[in-house]
Amino acid sequence: MNAPFDWIALAEFALIGVFSGGLLALIALGFVLIYKGTGVINFAMGEFMMLGAYFFYTSHVMWKLPMWLSLALTLAAVAAVAALIERAILRPLAGQPVISILMATIGLASALHGVVDAVWGGNNYEMPPLLPRKAFTFGEILIPGQVVWSFILAALIITAFTLYFRYSRTGIAMRAAASDPMTAYVLGIDVRRTQRLTWMFAGVVGAVAGIVVGSMTSLSPALGGAALGVLAVIILGGLDSIAGAIVAGLIIGVIESLTAGYLGGKVRDIVPYVTVLLILLVKPYGLFGTRQIERL
Amino acid sequence: MSEARTAGPAALAVENIEVVYHHTVQVLRGLSLTVPTGQIVALLGSNGAGKTTTLKAISGLLPMEVGAIRGGQIHYQGERINDVAPHLLARRGIGHVREGRHVFEDLTVDENLIAAGSALIGRNIKPEPELIYEYFPRLKERRSQVAGYLSGGEQQMLAIGRALLGKPSLMLLDEPSLGLAPLVVEQIFEIIARINREQGVSMLLVEQNAMAAFGIAQYGYIMESGKVVIDGPTDKLVKDPDVQRFYLGYGEKSDALASFRDVKHYKRRKRWLS
Repeated sequence: MNAPFDWIALAEFALIGVFSGGLLALIALGFVLIYKGTGVINFAMGEFMMLGAYFFYTSHVMWKLPMWLSLALTLAAVAAVAALIERAILRPLAGQPVISILMATIGLASALHGVVDAVWGGNNYEMPPLLPRKAFTFGEILIPGQVVWSFILAALIITAFTLYFRYSRTGIAMRAAASDPMTAYVLGIDVRRTQRLTWMFAGVVGAVAGIVVGSMTSLSPALGGAALGVLAVIILGGLDSIAGAIVAGLIIGVIESLTAGYLGGKVRDIVPYVTVLLILLVKPYGLFGTRQIERL
Repeated sequence: MSEARTAGPAALAVENIEVVYHHTVQVLRGLSLTVPTGQIVALLGSNGAGKTTTLKAISGLLPMEVGAIRGGQIHYQGERINDVAPHLLARRGIGHVREGRHVFEDLTVDENLIAAGSALIGRNIKPEPELIYEYFPRLKERRSQVAGYLSGGEQQMLAIGRALLGKPSLMLLDEPSLGLAPLVVEQIFEIIARINREQGVSMLLVEQNAMAAFGIAQYGYIMESGKVVIDGPTDKLVKDPDVQRFYLGYGEKSDALASFRDVKHYKRRKRWLS
């Protein structure tokens, strides 16, 4: 290497990585909510994103409804779909082996894919940009506006959920039901309701993420694929930890951005997994995953 | 069964229930017991006799373990509750303190109590954590600590306090002495008796520690393989030679070698008694 090292470029890649990690953390939150609340890894998370983006496109662009109304309708609709899925698919499977439930969510993902294909077709749609595009400059470093705003939005939503689980009675009851459903039941908690709520929350989180991703790229049934990349994030973060989802989201964001910047887009797709593999060798529960607290 | 001990419907009346797990394994075979309003009733028996299953049948937990009540009736304050969901029973005033404490480990003490406030839904009663902290001052000192790091005794206190926060009329206590030091057991049983006295909570107390249970209960049942084999007021039970021998660990001089034949003899006698 003869040319002097370009520190500015490195800083720029790293910062873009941090900010784009916000969205990864948001999607990861969707996975973590359901895993923590019901012990299921929901492989249809990406399809919640896809549905969110399509519903929003339909009501905002095709029906020309105002943005806020479209947003409200979309979130309500995806939450309803999530509740329906919980009731119709997950609840009958309660008590079945994990692998069956996992397969069910994978099947669900392709079914939702098929539905979207049948209703909207496989075309790409242009979504109107939602987040301000004006770039942020820090000295010589330039960060695209959408990336920063998506980070702020994700941070707000994650903070809201964290506060909800910490301070609201329903939020605390949801945590209780997640950690010990039987005991929660005998203390008067309607565990079925908390599980349904969990799915609805994850649906809302996914829908928001989907709308943002759709508005930053374009709308096609492939949009949900972004969620599969987030698997690396949740495994790294430890599956059941919101804090883990945030930190891991940012780490993977930075790694993706750096590898894309220096090694090109192809490498970018595998590097997160390699990193995860290496970290899991050292910390098998992920960075923040709970081991049981053992008291003897 | 003995004569009716109080007027009005009992807090709890279990009549001849049969419980089956996984459609095949029968655990309770016609078990009956009564908890008169305001009293503490002890339910004793060896491991696997079906004590915990009895409590689960009452609090509605059986379906969660693929168990079902196949026959018989359970009445709570005169109303049949065989098929009521557990969270609804909790909201009607049945507080089940499960065996093994089961505190929500990653929630703080305060949060454990807040979660337990769900039992007050639909009853127009405000949760009173201060009342719980009055009974268990130790918990107050640790109110913002994560429950998983409490000592065993403190966890048991939290488990009882959590049920009490739901303003129960009937408490089901499943081995509150389990794994605790004798001094702590004594302390906890004292508080249980106080709660019964001061809050008027009727109690069904499952125990292995017969001495401790008889100390606070007015009436006792002893069960064996899914049904009651002996029952009576505790002051009579403590004088029963069989009870003394097999549950209190004294009585006739007990030499280990002779015991197996005695068990057989005991079983015969038991059948005869019930």
